[in-house]
Amino acid sequence: MKAPRVGIIGIGQSEFKPRRDDANYPELVREGVTLALNDAKLELKDMQAVVYSLAPDALLGIGNAERLGVDAVGARNKRFMRINTGGATGISSVITGWTHIAAGECDVVLVAGADKVGESGDSQTILNKIWDPTYERALPLGTITMLAMSAVRAMHKYGLTEEDMARVTVKNRLNASKNPKAHLRKVVSMEEVLASRYISWPIKLLDACPQSSGGAAMVLASEKYIKDNKLDAVWISGVGHCSESYYMGDRMGNKIMADHADAHALGRSFERSYKMAGITDPAKQVHLAELYAPFSNTEYHSIEATGVCKLGASMALMREGHFDLGGRIPINPSGGTLCTNAIAVSALVRAAEVALQVWGRAGEHQVKGAKIGIASGNGGDHQFFGTMVIES
Amino acid sequence: MELMKRKESWNIGYDHALGETASYFFAQVRDNAQIYGRLDPKSGRVLVPPRAFSDQTLEPTTDWMKVGPGGRIEAFTIVYEEFKTLPDPPYAFGYVLLDGADTAIGGFFRGIDLKNPAQAAKRLALGTRVITKFAEERKGSVLDFWFELEGDGGKSGSNAEAVVGYE
Repeated sequence: MKAPRVGIIGIGQSEFKPRRDDANYPELVREGVTLALNDAKLELKDMQAVVYSLAPDALLGIGNAERLGVDAVGARNKRFMRINTGGATGISSVITGWTHIAAGECDVVLVAGADKVGESGDSQTILNKIWDPTYERALPLGTITMLAMSAVRAMHKYGLTEEDMARVTVKNRLNASKNPKAHLRKVVSMEEVLASRYISWPIKLLDACPQSSGGAAMVLASEKYIKDNKLDAVWISGVGHCSESYYMGDRMGNKIMADHADAHALGRSFERSYKMAGITDPAKQVHLAELYAPFSNTEYHSIEATGVCKLGASMALMREGHFDLGGRIPINPSGGTLCTNAIAVSALVRAAEVALQVWGRAGEHQVKGAKIGIASGNGGDHQFFGTMVIES
Repeated sequence: MELMKRKESWNIGYDHALGETASYFFAQVRDNAQIYGRLDPKSGRVLVPPRAFSDQTLEPTTDWMKVGPGGRIEAFTIVYEEFKTLPDPPYAFGYVLLDGADTAIGGFFRGIDLKNPAQAAKRLALGTRVITKFAEERKGSVLDFWFELEGDGGKSGSNAEAVVGYE
Protein backbone atom coordinates (compact mmCIF):
# COMPACT_ATOMS: atom_id res chain seq x y z
CA MET A 1 0.00 0.00 0.00
CA LYS A 2 1.35 3.42 -0.93
CA ALA A 3 0.53 5.65 2.02
CA PRO A 4 -0.51 9.24 1.31
CA ARG A 5 1.97 11.86 2.47
CA VAL A 6 1.28 13.54 5.80
CA GLY A 7 3.37 16.53 6.81
CA ILE A 8 4.38 18.07 10.13
CA ILE A 9 3.80 21.82 9.95
CA GLY A 10 4.11 22.96 13.57
CA ILE A 11 5.94 21.89 16.73
CA GLY A 12 5.66 23.12 20.30
CA GLN A 13 7.55 22.04 23.41
CA SER A 14 7.72 23.53 26.88
CA GLU A 15 11.04 23.97 28.61
CA PHE A 16 10.73 20.83 30.74
CA LYS A 17 11.27 21.19 34.48
CA PRO A 18 10.87 19.18 37.73
CA ARG A 19 7.70 21.14 38.55
CA ARG A 20 5.57 23.87 37.01
CA ASP A 21 3.79 25.47 39.93
CA ASP A 22 2.92 28.49 37.77
CA ALA A 23 0.60 26.37 35.59
CA ASN A 24 -2.08 23.80 36.41
CA TYR A 25 -2.58 20.81 34.11
CA PRO A 26 -4.82 22.32 31.37
CA GLU A 27 -2.71 25.49 31.36
CA LEU A 28 0.36 23.36 30.70
CA VAL A 29 -1.44 21.56 27.85
CA ARG A 30 -2.36 24.95 26.39
CA GLU A 31 1.29 26.05 26.56
CA GLY A 32 2.42 23.31 24.15
CA VAL A 33 -0.60 23.95 21.91
CA THR A 34 0.10 27.70 21.65
CA LEU A 35 3.75 27.08 20.80
CA ALA A 36 2.82 24.57 18.06
CA LEU A 37 0.08 26.80 16.57
CA ASN A 38 2.43 29.79 16.50
CA ASP A 39 5.01 27.62 14.78
CA ALA A 40 2.44 26.54 12.17
CA LYS A 41 1.03 30.10 11.93
CA LEU A 42 -2.46 28.66 12.42
CA GLU A 43 -5.22 29.02 15.00
CA LEU A 44 -7.24 26.56 17.07
CA LYS A 45 -10.24 27.16 14.77
CA ASP A 46 -8.20 25.74 11.87
CA MET A 47 -7.79 22.33 13.59
CA GLN A 48 -10.28 19.71 12.38
CA ALA A 49 -9.44 17.03 14.94
CA VAL A 50 -7.50 16.70 18.16
CA VAL A 51 -5.56 13.64 19.26
CA TYR A 52 -4.90 13.84 22.99
CA SER A 53 -1.69 12.33 24.35
CA LEU A 54 -2.26 11.08 27.91
CA ALA A 55 -0.52 8.17 29.66
CA PRO A 56 -1.78 6.39 32.88
CA ASP A 57 -4.12 8.73 34.78
CA ALA A 58 -2.50 8.16 38.16
CA LEU A 59 0.75 9.84 37.06
CA LEU A 60 -1.24 13.10 37.00
CA GLY A 61 -3.66 12.11 39.76
CA ILE A 62 -6.65 13.15 37.64
CA GLY A 63 -8.95 10.40 36.35
CA ASN A 64 -9.46 10.68 32.58
CA ALA A 65 -7.76 14.05 32.53
CA GLU A 66 -8.58 14.41 28.82
CA ARG A 67 -12.02 15.59 30.06
CA LEU A 68 -10.28 18.52 31.72
CA GLY A 69 -7.86 19.08 28.84
CA VAL A 70 -10.52 19.26 26.14
CA ASP A 71 -10.84 23.05 26.41
CA ALA A 72 -7.09 23.60 26.41
CA VAL A 73 -6.95 22.02 22.95
CA GLY A 74 -10.14 23.68 21.69
CA ALA A 75 -11.86 20.40 20.87
CA ARG A 76 -15.51 21.47 21.33
CA ASN A 77 -17.47 20.47 18.21
CA LYS A 78 -14.44 18.59 16.84
CA ARG A 79 -13.25 15.01 16.52
CA PHE A 80 -11.43 14.20 19.78
CA MET A 81 -9.60 11.04 20.78
CA ARG A 82 -7.42 10.22 23.79
CA ILE A 83 -4.53 7.80 23.25
CA ASN A 84 -2.73 5.77 25.95
CA THR A 85 -0.04 3.20 25.22
CA GLY A 86 1.97 4.00 28.37
CA GLY A 87 5.38 5.44 27.53
CA ALA A 88 4.63 5.02 23.81
CA THR A 89 1.56 7.28 24.14
CA GLY A 90 3.15 10.30 22.46
CA ILE A 91 4.22 8.52 19.30
CA SER A 92 0.97 6.54 19.17
CA SER A 93 -0.82 9.89 19.31
CA VAL A 94 1.17 11.29 16.38
CA ILE A 95 0.49 8.08 14.45
CA THR A 96 -3.23 8.43 15.25
CA GLY A 97 -3.10 12.00 13.95
CA TRP A 98 -1.38 10.67 10.82
CA THR A 99 -4.20 8.11 10.47
CA HIS A 100 -6.89 10.82 10.53
CA ILE A 101 -5.20 12.49 7.55
CA ALA A 102 -3.99 9.38 5.70
CA ALA A 103 -7.56 8.02 5.80
CA GLY A 104 -8.73 11.18 4.03
CA GLU A 105 -10.94 12.23 6.95
CA CYS A 106 -9.10 15.44 7.88
CA ASP A 107 -6.62 17.93 6.44
CA VAL A 108 -5.28 19.50 9.66
CA VAL A 109 -4.94 17.71 13.00
CA LEU A 110 -3.61 18.86 16.36
CA VAL A 111 -1.78 16.33 18.55
CA ALA A 112 -1.23 17.58 22.09
CA GLY A 113 -0.68 16.70 25.73
CA ALA A 114 1.26 17.47 28.89
CA ASP A 115 2.45 15.75 32.03
CA LYS A 116 3.27 16.75 35.58
CA VAL A 117 5.06 13.63 36.78
CA GLY A 118 6.82 15.65 39.49
CA GLU A 119 3.52 16.27 41.32
CA SER A 120 3.18 12.65 42.44
CA GLY A 121 6.79 12.63 43.59
CA ASP A 122 6.99 8.83 43.27
CA SER A 123 6.19 7.49 39.83
CA GLN A 124 7.42 3.97 40.71
CA THR A 125 4.66 3.51 43.30
CA ILE A 126 2.13 4.44 40.62
CA LEU A 127 3.78 2.27 37.99
CA ASN A 128 3.69 -0.72 40.37
CA LYS A 129 -0.08 -0.58 39.82
CA ILE A 130 0.30 -1.45 36.12
CA TRP A 131 1.13 -5.02 37.20
CA ASP A 132 -1.42 -7.82 37.32
CA PRO A 133 -2.98 -8.08 40.80
CA THR A 134 -3.42 -11.85 40.37
CA TYR A 135 0.21 -12.92 40.24
CA GLU A 136 2.63 -10.00 40.17
CA ARG A 137 1.38 -6.89 41.99
CA ALA A 138 2.55 -8.15 45.39
CA LEU A 139 6.12 -7.99 44.11
CA PRO A 140 7.76 -4.55 44.16
CA LEU A 141 7.74 -4.31 40.35
CA GLY A 142 8.04 -0.94 38.67
CA THR A 143 9.42 0.23 35.35
CA ILE A 144 12.87 0.72 36.89
CA THR A 145 13.07 -2.80 38.38
CA MET A 146 11.62 -4.27 35.17
CA LEU A 147 14.30 -2.60 33.07
CA ALA A 148 17.06 -3.33 35.62
CA MET A 149 16.20 -6.99 34.95
CA SER A 150 16.58 -6.33 31.23
CA ALA A 151 20.05 -4.90 31.98
CA VAL A 152 20.98 -7.99 34.01
CA ARG A 153 20.02 -10.22 31.08
CA ALA A 154 21.97 -8.02 28.64
CA MET A 155 25.00 -8.26 30.94
CA HIS A 156 24.74 -12.04 30.84
CA LYS A 157 23.97 -12.30 27.12
CA TYR A 158 26.17 -9.58 25.60
CA GLY A 159 28.61 -8.52 28.33
CA LEU A 160 26.93 -5.13 28.94
CA THR A 161 28.83 -3.36 31.75
CA GLU A 162 28.04 -0.54 34.18
CA GLU A 163 30.65 1.51 32.27
CA ASP A 164 28.71 0.93 29.02
CA MET A 165 25.60 2.21 30.79
CA ALA A 166 27.41 5.27 32.17
CA ARG A 167 28.67 6.12 28.67
CA VAL A 168 25.06 6.59 27.50
CA THR A 169 24.33 9.05 30.30
CA VAL A 170 27.50 11.02 29.62
CA LYS A 171 26.62 11.29 25.90
CA ASN A 172 22.99 12.21 26.48
CA ARG A 173 23.72 14.80 29.18
CA LEU A 174 26.24 16.47 26.86
CA ASN A 175 23.57 16.56 24.14
CA ALA A 176 20.93 17.87 26.58
CA SER A 177 23.30 20.68 27.63
CA LYS A 178 22.81 22.03 24.07
CA ASN A 179 19.01 21.66 24.13
CA PRO A 180 17.20 24.49 25.94
CA LYS A 181 14.01 22.36 26.26
CA ALA A 182 15.72 19.50 28.16
CA HIS A 183 15.16 19.00 31.89
CA LEU A 184 18.59 17.64 33.01
CA ARG A 185 21.18 19.81 31.24
CA LYS A 186 24.21 19.44 33.52
CA VAL A 187 27.13 17.66 31.87
CA VAL A 188 28.33 14.64 33.90
CA SER A 189 31.50 12.52 33.79
CA MET A 190 31.85 8.73 33.70
CA GLU A 191 33.20 8.90 37.27
CA GLU A 192 30.16 10.85 38.49
CA VAL A 193 27.72 8.40 36.93
CA LEU A 194 29.59 5.37 38.30
CA ALA A 195 29.79 6.95 41.78
CA SER A 196 26.07 7.77 41.92
CA ARG A 197 23.97 5.63 44.29
CA TYR A 198 22.27 2.42 43.21
CA ILE A 199 18.51 2.65 42.76
CA SER A 200 17.84 -0.85 41.40
CA TRP A 201 21.06 -2.72 40.62
CA PRO A 202 22.66 -2.17 38.11
CA ILE A 203 20.72 1.07 37.48
CA LYS A 204 22.13 4.03 39.42
CA LEU A 205 20.63 7.46 40.00
CA LEU A 206 22.43 8.93 36.97
CA ASP A 207 21.37 6.00 34.76
CA ALA A 208 17.73 6.99 35.34
CA CYS A 209 15.40 9.58 33.79
CA PRO A 210 13.93 12.46 35.79
CA GLN A 211 10.22 13.07 36.54
CA SER A 212 9.47 16.01 34.28
CA SER A 213 6.65 18.48 33.83
CA GLY A 214 5.81 20.21 30.57
CA GLY A 215 3.60 20.20 27.50
CA ALA A 216 4.14 19.35 23.84
CA ALA A 217 2.08 19.53 20.66
CA MET A 218 2.35 19.02 16.94
CA VAL A 219 0.26 20.14 13.96
CA LEU A 220 -0.08 17.64 11.10
CA ALA A 221 -1.52 18.36 7.66
CA SER A 222 -2.31 16.65 4.37
CA GLU A 223 -0.05 17.19 1.37
CA LYS A 224 -2.89 18.99 -0.43
CA TYR A 225 -3.41 21.43 2.48
CA ILE A 226 0.33 22.09 2.67
CA LYS A 227 0.60 22.76 -1.07
CA ASP A 228 -2.61 24.82 -1.31
CA ASN A 229 -1.46 27.05 1.56
CA LYS A 230 2.22 27.07 0.48
CA LEU A 231 3.37 25.84 3.93
CA ASP A 232 6.76 24.60 5.00
CA ALA A 233 6.72 20.98 6.19
CA VAL A 234 8.67 17.81 6.89
CA TRP A 235 7.09 14.46 6.09
CA ILE A 236 6.07 11.35 8.00
CA SER A 237 7.08 8.67 5.50
CA GLY A 238 6.67 5.56 7.64
CA VAL A 239 4.79 4.55 10.79
CA GLY A 240 4.62 1.29 12.75
CA HIS A 241 3.35 -0.30 15.93
CA CYS A 242 4.07 -3.68 17.50
CA SER A 243 3.09 -5.30 20.80
CA GLU A 244 4.77 -7.86 23.04
CA SER A 245 2.85 -10.29 25.28
CA TYR A 246 2.35 -9.34 28.94
CA TYR A 247 4.37 -11.60 31.23
CA MET A 248 8.01 -10.61 31.67
CA GLY A 249 8.69 -14.18 32.82
CA ASP A 250 7.65 -15.41 29.35
CA ARG A 251 10.59 -13.47 27.87
CA MET A 252 13.04 -15.76 29.67
CA GLY A 253 13.21 -19.51 30.23
CA ASN A 254 12.78 -22.12 27.49
CA LYS A 255 11.74 -21.73 23.82
CA ILE A 256 11.21 -17.99 24.12
CA MET A 257 9.93 -15.88 21.24
CA ALA A 258 11.52 -12.68 22.59
CA ASP A 259 14.26 -12.16 25.18
CA HIS A 260 13.73 -9.56 27.92
CA ALA A 261 17.33 -8.45 27.28
CA ASP A 262 16.19 -7.13 23.89
CA ALA A 263 13.34 -5.10 22.43
CA HIS A 264 12.05 -7.66 19.96
CA ALA A 265 8.68 -6.04 19.19
CA LEU A 266 10.35 -2.62 18.80
CA GLY A 267 12.42 -4.21 16.03
CA ARG A 268 9.26 -5.50 14.31
CA SER A 269 7.72 -2.02 14.60
CA PHE A 270 10.77 -0.44 12.95
CA GLU A 271 10.58 -3.02 10.14
CA ARG A 272 6.98 -1.98 9.50
CA SER A 273 7.82 1.72 9.35
CA TYR A 274 10.89 1.10 7.15
CA LYS A 275 8.79 -0.90 4.71
CA MET A 276 6.35 1.99 4.38
CA ALA A 277 9.16 4.53 3.99
CA GLY A 278 11.12 2.36 1.53
CA ILE A 279 14.13 2.07 3.85
CA THR A 280 16.06 -1.12 3.11
CA ASP A 281 19.38 -0.44 4.89
CA PRO A 282 18.84 1.75 7.97
CA ALA A 283 22.55 1.79 8.85
CA LYS A 284 23.18 3.65 5.58
CA GLN A 285 19.93 5.55 5.08
CA VAL A 286 19.10 6.89 8.55
CA HIS A 287 20.90 10.06 9.69
CA LEU A 288 19.76 10.20 13.31
CA ALA A 289 17.43 8.58 15.83
CA GLU A 290 15.44 9.77 18.84
CA LEU A 291 14.76 6.56 20.78
CA TYR A 292 12.61 6.25 23.89
CA ALA A 293 15.15 5.06 26.47
CA PRO A 294 14.35 6.15 30.05
CA PHE A 295 17.28 4.21 31.54
CA SER A 296 20.81 4.17 30.13
CA ASN A 297 20.89 0.40 29.50
CA THR A 298 17.71 0.50 27.41
CA GLU A 299 19.31 2.74 24.79
CA TYR A 300 21.40 -0.26 23.70
CA HIS A 301 18.55 -2.66 22.99
CA SER A 302 16.64 0.20 21.35
CA ILE A 303 19.57 0.99 19.03
CA GLU A 304 19.81 -2.69 18.11
CA ALA A 305 16.06 -2.80 17.41
CA THR A 306 16.49 -0.02 14.80
CA GLY A 307 18.56 -2.45 12.74
CA VAL A 308 21.54 -0.10 12.43
CA CYS A 309 23.65 -2.86 14.02
CA LYS A 310 23.28 -6.48 15.15
CA LEU A 311 22.11 -7.66 18.59
CA GLY A 312 24.90 -7.11 21.13
CA ALA A 313 26.94 -4.89 18.78
CA SER A 314 25.83 -1.45 19.98
CA MET A 315 28.12 -1.20 23.02
CA ALA A 316 31.32 -1.32 20.95
CA LEU A 317 29.93 1.25 18.50
CA MET A 318 28.97 3.51 21.43
CA ARG A 319 32.55 3.31 22.75
CA GLU A 320 33.83 4.38 19.33
CA GLY A 321 31.60 7.48 19.31
CA HIS A 322 29.38 6.17 16.50
CA PHE A 323 26.23 7.47 18.24
CA ASP A 324 27.60 10.83 19.47
CA LEU A 325 26.42 14.15 18.07
CA GLY A 326 28.94 14.32 15.22
CA GLY A 327 29.17 10.51 15.01
CA ARG A 328 27.89 8.30 12.19
CA ILE A 329 24.29 8.02 13.51
CA PRO A 330 23.65 10.36 16.43
CA ILE A 331 21.25 8.77 18.92
CA ASN A 332 19.15 11.10 21.05
CA PRO A 333 20.85 14.36 20.03
CA SER A 334 18.24 16.14 22.21
CA GLY A 335 19.47 14.27 25.30
CA GLY A 336 16.50 11.92 24.97
CA THR A 337 14.09 10.51 27.51
CA LEU A 338 17.03 9.94 29.89
CA CYS A 339 17.27 13.73 30.37
CA THR A 340 13.56 14.65 30.05
CA ASN A 341 10.60 12.42 30.83
CA ALA A 342 7.17 14.00 30.94
CA ILE A 343 5.72 10.55 30.29
CA ALA A 344 2.50 11.51 28.44
CA VAL A 345 4.44 13.44 25.80
CA SER A 346 7.96 11.91 25.90
CA ALA A 347 7.45 9.87 22.74
CA LEU A 348 5.74 12.83 21.03
CA VAL A 349 8.90 14.79 21.80
CA ARG A 350 10.96 12.01 20.17
CA ALA A 351 9.02 12.56 16.91
CA ALA A 352 9.12 16.35 17.34
CA GLU A 353 12.89 16.33 17.79
CA VAL A 354 13.41 14.19 14.68
CA ALA A 355 11.17 16.60 12.75
CA LEU A 356 13.22 19.60 13.95
CA GLN A 357 16.43 17.80 12.93
CA VAL A 358 15.38 16.97 9.36
CA TRP A 359 13.93 20.49 9.11
CA GLY A 360 17.35 21.88 10.06
CA ARG A 361 15.80 23.73 13.02
CA ALA A 362 17.34 21.88 15.99
CA GLY A 363 19.70 24.70 16.96
CA GLU A 364 22.83 23.87 18.91
CA HIS A 365 22.11 20.12 18.89
CA GLN A 366 21.48 20.05 15.12
CA VAL A 367 22.82 16.95 13.30
CA LYS A 368 24.54 18.37 10.24
CA GLY A 369 22.88 17.46 6.96
CA ALA A 370 20.14 15.34 8.56
CA LYS A 371 17.45 14.47 6.01
CA ILE A 372 15.99 11.19 7.33
CA GLY A 373 15.43 10.40 11.00
CA ILE A 374 13.61 7.82 13.08
CA ALA A 375 11.74 8.01 16.37
CA SER A 376 10.36 5.43 18.80
CA GLY A 377 8.22 5.09 21.91
CA ASN A 378 8.08 2.19 24.40
CA GLY A 379 5.24 1.60 26.83
CA GLY A 380 3.60 -0.76 29.30
CA ASP A 381 5.50 -3.78 30.55
CA HIS A 382 8.29 -3.27 27.91
CA GLN A 383 5.40 -4.19 25.71
CA PHE A 384 3.89 -1.55 23.39
CA PHE A 385 6.10 0.04 20.76
CA GLY A 386 5.51 2.74 18.15
CA THR A 387 7.97 3.96 15.52
CA MET A 388 8.16 6.57 12.80
CA VAL A 389 10.33 7.67 9.88
CA ILE A 390 10.42 11.42 9.23
CA GLU A 391 12.03 13.00 6.16
CA SER A 392 12.67 16.51 4.90
CA MET B 1 2.95 36.13 43.42
CA GLU B 2 2.12 33.35 45.85
CA LEU B 3 1.67 30.02 43.99
CA MET B 4 -0.60 27.64 45.89
CA LYS B 5 -0.72 23.82 45.95
CA ARG B 6 -3.38 21.32 46.99
CA LYS B 7 -2.66 17.92 48.58
CA GLU B 8 -4.69 15.01 47.22
CA SER B 9 -4.36 11.23 47.53
CA TRP B 10 -5.95 8.18 45.90
CA ASN B 11 -6.66 5.28 48.22
CA ILE B 12 -9.16 2.98 46.54
CA GLY B 13 -9.95 -0.55 47.72
CA TYR B 14 -10.62 -3.42 45.32
CA ASP B 15 -11.69 -7.04 45.79
CA HIS B 16 -10.15 -8.63 42.69
CA ALA B 17 -11.49 -12.04 41.62
CA LEU B 18 -8.56 -14.31 40.71
CA GLY B 19 -10.52 -16.76 38.54
CA GLU B 20 -10.45 -20.57 38.55
CA THR B 21 -6.87 -21.09 37.31
CA ALA B 22 -5.14 -18.76 39.76
CA SER B 23 -7.45 -19.83 42.60
CA TYR B 24 -6.29 -23.46 42.18
CA PHE B 25 -2.66 -22.32 42.02
CA PHE B 26 -2.89 -20.27 45.22
CA ALA B 27 -4.88 -22.95 47.07
CA GLN B 28 -2.10 -25.45 46.29
CA VAL B 29 0.55 -22.99 47.46
CA ARG B 30 -1.40 -22.32 50.68
CA ASP B 31 -2.52 -25.88 51.52
CA ASN B 32 0.30 -28.06 50.14
CA ALA B 33 3.30 -25.78 49.65
CA GLN B 34 3.35 -26.88 46.04
CA ILE B 35 3.74 -24.79 42.88
CA TYR B 36 1.83 -25.88 39.78
CA GLY B 37 2.03 -24.83 36.15
CA ARG B 38 -0.38 -25.37 33.26
CA LEU B 39 0.48 -27.38 30.16
CA ASP B 40 -0.05 -25.85 26.73
CA PRO B 41 -0.74 -29.08 24.78
CA LYS B 42 0.04 -27.55 21.41
CA SER B 43 3.59 -26.41 22.24
CA GLY B 44 4.29 -28.74 25.17
CA ARG B 45 5.32 -25.73 27.27
CA VAL B 46 4.47 -25.53 30.96
CA LEU B 47 3.39 -22.01 31.92
CA VAL B 48 4.30 -20.78 35.41
CA PRO B 49 2.51 -18.86 36.80
CA PRO B 50 -0.36 -20.84 35.28
CA ARG B 51 -2.51 -19.17 32.66
CA ALA B 52 -5.85 -20.39 31.29
CA PHE B 53 -4.46 -19.85 27.77
CA SER B 54 -1.04 -19.81 26.17
CA ASP B 55 0.75 -16.56 25.31
CA GLN B 56 2.33 -18.23 22.26
CA THR B 57 -0.16 -20.69 20.73
CA LEU B 58 -3.14 -18.78 22.16
CA GLU B 59 -4.79 -22.17 22.90
CA PRO B 60 -6.42 -23.07 26.24
CA THR B 61 -4.07 -24.90 28.63
CA THR B 62 -5.19 -28.38 29.70
CA ASP B 63 -3.26 -30.03 32.56
CA TRP B 64 -1.86 -29.13 35.95
CA MET B 65 1.88 -29.92 36.23
CA LYS B 66 3.94 -29.93 39.45
CA VAL B 67 7.06 -27.75 39.15
CA GLY B 68 10.03 -26.89 41.40
CA PRO B 69 11.03 -26.64 44.17
CA GLY B 70 14.47 -26.30 42.52
CA GLY B 71 15.13 -23.84 39.71
CA ARG B 72 17.56 -21.37 38.19
CA ILE B 73 17.75 -17.58 38.26
CA GLU B 74 16.69 -15.93 35.00
CA ALA B 75 16.64 -12.28 36.13
CA PHE B 76 17.15 -10.29 39.31
CA THR B 77 17.62 -6.82 40.69
CA ILE B 78 18.60 -5.48 44.09
CA VAL B 79 16.70 -2.39 45.19
CA TYR B 80 18.58 0.11 47.36
CA GLU B 81 16.14 3.03 47.06
CA GLU B 82 13.00 3.53 49.12
CA PHE B 83 9.72 3.91 47.24
CA LYS B 84 6.44 4.89 48.89
CA THR B 85 4.29 1.79 49.70
CA LEU B 86 7.02 -0.62 48.51
CA PRO B 87 9.21 -2.62 50.96
CA ASP B 88 12.07 -1.05 52.89
CA PRO B 89 15.35 -1.46 50.98
CA PRO B 90 17.56 -3.28 50.40
CA TYR B 91 15.80 -6.29 48.91
CA ALA B 92 16.46 -8.63 46.01
CA PHE B 93 13.82 -10.09 43.74
CA GLY B 94 13.56 -11.43 40.24
CA TYR B 95 12.47 -14.35 38.11
CA VAL B 96 13.20 -18.07 38.44
CA LEU B 97 12.69 -20.89 35.94
CA LEU B 98 11.48 -23.70 38.20
CA ASP B 99 12.37 -27.29 37.32
CA GLY B 100 9.70 -28.61 34.97
CA ALA B 101 8.55 -25.14 33.91
CA ASP B 102 9.19 -23.30 30.65
CA THR B 103 8.47 -19.74 31.80
CA ALA B 104 9.86 -17.89 34.80
CA ILE B 105 7.96 -16.82 37.93
CA GLY B 106 8.69 -13.78 40.08
CA GLY B 107 9.67 -13.89 43.73
CA PHE B 108 11.98 -12.49 46.40
CA PHE B 109 15.51 -13.82 46.91
CA ARG B 110 16.35 -14.18 50.59
CA GLY B 111 19.26 -15.23 52.75
CA ILE B 112 21.78 -13.18 50.76
CA ASP B 113 23.79 -10.33 52.25
CA LEU B 114 22.94 -7.30 50.10
CA LYS B 115 25.29 -4.76 51.73
CA ASN B 116 27.89 -5.06 48.98
CA PRO B 117 26.02 -4.66 45.65
CA ALA B 118 28.74 -6.17 43.44
CA GLN B 119 29.19 -9.23 45.65
CA ALA B 120 25.46 -9.76 46.05
CA ALA B 121 24.94 -9.44 42.29
CA LYS B 122 27.62 -12.06 41.70
CA ARG B 123 25.83 -14.51 43.99
CA LEU B 124 22.58 -13.93 42.11
CA ALA B 125 24.13 -14.37 38.64
CA LEU B 126 21.88 -15.75 35.90
CA GLY B 127 21.83 -19.54 35.87
CA THR B 128 22.47 -19.83 39.63
CA ARG B 129 20.51 -22.74 41.18
CA VAL B 130 17.91 -21.83 43.80
CA ILE B 131 15.39 -23.67 45.93
CA THR B 132 11.84 -22.52 46.71
CA LYS B 133 11.10 -21.98 50.41
CA PHE B 134 7.59 -21.70 51.81
CA ALA B 135 6.39 -19.69 54.80
CA GLU B 136 4.97 -21.76 57.67
CA GLU B 137 1.79 -19.71 57.69
CA ARG B 138 0.56 -19.30 54.13
CA LYS B 139 -2.26 -17.05 52.92
CA GLY B 140 -2.46 -18.01 49.24
CA SER B 141 -0.16 -15.30 47.87
CA VAL B 142 3.05 -15.07 45.83
CA LEU B 143 4.61 -13.84 49.08
CA ASP B 144 4.02 -17.31 50.63
CA PHE B 145 7.17 -18.49 48.89
CA TRP B 146 10.61 -17.10 48.02
CA PHE B 147 13.91 -18.37 46.68
CA GLU B 148 17.21 -19.13 48.41
CA LEU B 149 20.50 -20.22 46.90
CA GLU B 150 20.64 -24.03 46.62
CA GLY B 151 22.98 -25.53 49.19
CA ASP B 152 22.82 -22.46 51.45
CA GLY B 153 20.78 -24.58 53.86
CA GLY B 154 18.44 -23.84 56.75
CA LYS B 155 17.90 -20.14 56.23
CA SER B 156 14.21 -20.18 55.47
CA GLY B 157 12.42 -17.21 56.99
CA SER B 158 15.71 -15.54 57.89
CA ASN B 159 14.74 -12.41 56.00
CA ALA B 160 11.02 -12.52 56.74
CA GLU B 161 11.02 -8.95 58.07
CA ALA B 162 11.59 -7.76 54.50
CA VAL B 163 7.89 -8.02 53.73
CA VAL B 164 6.43 -6.91 57.06
CA GLY B 165 4.17 -3.90 56.65
CA TYR B 166 3.82 -4.52 52.97
CA GLU B 167 0.83 -6.81 52.50
